[in-house]
Amino acid sequence: MTVCRALLVAFLLVSLSERANAQSLVADLSEDLIAITTGFTGSDVLLFGATDGTGEIVVVVRGPSSRIVMRKKDRVAGIWVNTNAVAFQNVPSFYHLASSAPVEEVLPNEVRAREQIGLAYLTIEAAQQVDSDEEDAFASALIRNKQAEQLYYGAVGEVELVGGRLFRTRVNFPANVSTGPYVVETYQVIDGEIASKTVTTLQIRKIGFEAGVFDFAHSNPALYGLIAILVALVAGWLAGYIFRKT
Amino acid sequence: MNIYLPIAEMSVDVFLLLAMGGGVGFLSGLFGVGGGFLMTPLLIFIGVPAAVAVGTEANQIIAASVSGVLAHMRRKNVDFKMGAILVAGGFIGSGIGVWVFTALRQIGQVDLLIAVCYVVFLGSVGALMLIESVRAILRRQAGIPRRGKLHQHNWLHGLPFKMRFRRSRLYISALLPLGVGFIVGVLAAIMGVGGGFIMVPAMIYLLGMPTSVVVGTSLFQIIFVTSNVTFLQAYNNQTVDIVLALLLLAGAVVGAQLGTMAGSRLRGEQMRGLLALLVLGVGAKLGWELVAQPDDVFSIGEEIVGG
Repeated sequence: MTVCRALLVAFLLVSLSERANAQSLVADLSEDLIAITTGFTGSDVLLFGATDGTGEIVVVVRGPSSRIVMRKKDRVAGIWVNTNAVAFQNVPSFYHLASSAPVEEVLPNEVRAREQIGLAYLTIEAAQQVDSDEEDAFASALIRNKQAEQLYYGAVGEVELVGGRLFRTRVNFPANVSTGPYVVETYQVIDGEIASKTVTTLQIRKIGFEAGVFDFAHSNPALYGLIAILVALVAGWLAGYIFRKT
Repeated sequence: MNIYLPIAEMSVDVFLLLAMGGGVGFLSGLFGVGGGFLMTPLLIFIGVPAAVAVGTEANQIIAASVSGVLAHMRRKNVDFKMGAILVAGGFIGSGIGVWVFTALRQIGQVDLLIAVCYVVFLGSVGALMLIESVRAILRRQAGIPRRGKLHQHNWLHGLPFKMRFRRSRLYISALLPLGVGFIVGVLAAIMGVGGGFIMVPAMIYLLGMPTSVVVGTSLFQIIFVTSNVTFLQAYNNQTVDIVLALLLLAGAVVGAQLGTMAGSRLRGEQMRGLLALLVLGVGAKLGWELVAQPDDVFSIGEEIVGG
């Protein structure tokens, strides 16, 4: 299986490197769909590609964006209570950065800020009017919490350059990833400038039983509730019946 | 072996869930309680969102109560008339409870509501049970026989709408069981418990029901109230995880049988004393979390669909 996959990757890399002669940068993923099934515990995806042999490679992976409410606790009458909340818009559910060399040496700050490369340059906008100190405190808390959930990768992952022209990096998606479309941006950087960029996409979807249960619970909540009750009644009756016999 | 829970949206070890079900089931068999007050905090502790823990636990308690009530029905230990009035109160209470739950969830205060309810009710019920069982143990050691009437008469017996409950040998106001059912219904919705730990003492001390019919009748009420909570939580909040409920149940069924066997070797007041300590322990743990400085005062709020 792994040998097979290695051969496949090698083959793809060779064909990619040929295409790379025409284009300066090509990249692809080992999978374009991650299926969340019953046994899902997270998944590794391999990003690989080829360049014309110059520059460094920087990879940014972003999950689908959504609105997130950050809450802050304060001590009220001796107990910790959520007192303040700030909502943020267009927050990526997942963020991963990898680079073939220390990213701060490869790219100047202005470019990283423009392209939002690195958590420090990830702009997260409040959905409401709040003063800027407070917004910063809540925004950095959001990033900190996302890192704790392993959904934002705090460090910079390594992009391996193979023989100068080929590159690869591994992206880990933990079990708590959101579903939806993921965007992988690969940059080729030459002398502190982005020489070329390619975008690849990846879908994360619930598949099979898990998807069925989730969709049913949301699309038909009344029937789902009744079935949940029925299942419990039958299970309870069955349990009582089995243990009466023994 | 991990399993991905479709509603809780997390990956958990199947054997951990079976062990949790088994452990709580053992204690519930040992002490004759539902175990919801232990399971819901445990689920939250392993990372299940509080709202899913409450909704799912209500679902699991239905099954646990059905197998319990069948055994009590065979021994004719269920007062159906009393149960029906408790259910009526419970339906109103759980309806209001789920409504409060949904409203507080939207403003991010549901975790606080759950924690405060746990601390208040576990603390007070645990303390009362501990005092009562220590007294009983001391009385037994002193060798003083227990005396007293069948039940005491007080102002509660002056309430209107009196009804006769043959099975319980009572002639009391229907408002009493209605009120008890109502309060237990609210708690079931908010705390994800059956409410037996409130209802059983209330039935004995407040209603004056004979101990023999108390457990069967409370289980009978719990089936209906937790069914109502399950339905309303599934309908309003989509927080009932059938897969999680069934796994917990599988463990709980086996655990409860072992617990019942072990329980027959302990004396009543010793058992109540141990249960009281357990209840107080869970209450103290949750109380500590409310007052202790959290690791991070910021937290990501639950995403409210359509909110």
